[in-house]
Amino acid sequence: MKFGILVNEGPYTHQASDSAYHFTAAALRAGHEIVRVFFYHDGVNNGTRLSVPPQDDRNVSERWSALAEEHDVELILCVAAAQRRGLLDEDEAKRAGKNADNMAPGFQISGLGQLIDAGIQADRTVVFGD
Amino acid sequence: MATKKFLYVNRKAPHGSIYAQESLEVVLIAAAFEQDVSLAFVDDGVYQLLQNQDTGALGSKNFSPTYKALGDYDVSKIYVEQESLEMRGLGKDDLMPLVYEDEDDDWAEKDSIHVVSSSELADIIEQQDVILNF
Repeated sequence: MKFGILVNEGPYTHQASDSAYHFTAAALRAGHEIVRVFFYHDGVNNGTRLSVPPQDDRNVSERWSALAEEHDVELILCVAAAQRRGLLDEDEAKRAGKNADNMAPGFQISGLGQLIDAGIQADRTVVFGD
Repeated sequence: MATKKFLYVNRKAPHGSIYAQESLEVVLIAAAFEQDVSLAFVDDGVYQLLQNQDTGALGSKNFSPTYKALGDYDVSKIYVEQESLEMRGLGKDDLMPLVYEDEDDDWAEKDSIHVVSSSELADIIEQQDVILNF
């Protein structure tokens, strides 16, 4: 089956991102296809590479990056939501005149159209939020 | 492109968090994809459609006038759950009038808002292909 995944909450404060990760990883293990993981609202904060959780805790963004590398999963941050919250890749940082970027490997910035497109392509769209 | 039935479920109050505003942004962008779009407002989400919203004291953006543009984006199926309205002491008259022009009826202006019971809303949800909850 083809799944589209929407993540609406950031890491650590809410369980939504953990649940989305476990669902996505389990779906891939079971041989399903993930059309795309789309991060919206505070969900875009999953895409920072500057998060430094304590050693004995999970690293949410690194875990997503590893999943993207291993399974070639598209991880998309909504551009408008990301800009509001200071999640910038190199191009966006340059465009906005900022002196730093913070996008974790495997994440890309794109538009809300990618969410709708995932909904159209996928057999099931699963929303993880609060 | 395949056409699917998209339902956006709005459950949260308009100004205590950004969900309502960013949900509306999704709906407007999605209009370009020419899908079959419906909106549902339940729980505190019914407050999103209240008339005369004023965010001046909050210092946040009052995006509520944007709902009035939904008709121009061919979004004409707006369902508001009756029980959610009643529990909050609200009625349809407290909501912004939202209209669309019906191209199949000589562009007559028609009401987009349908107040439905929770069981009617359950049927509407049952008919959808994609449900995005905000």
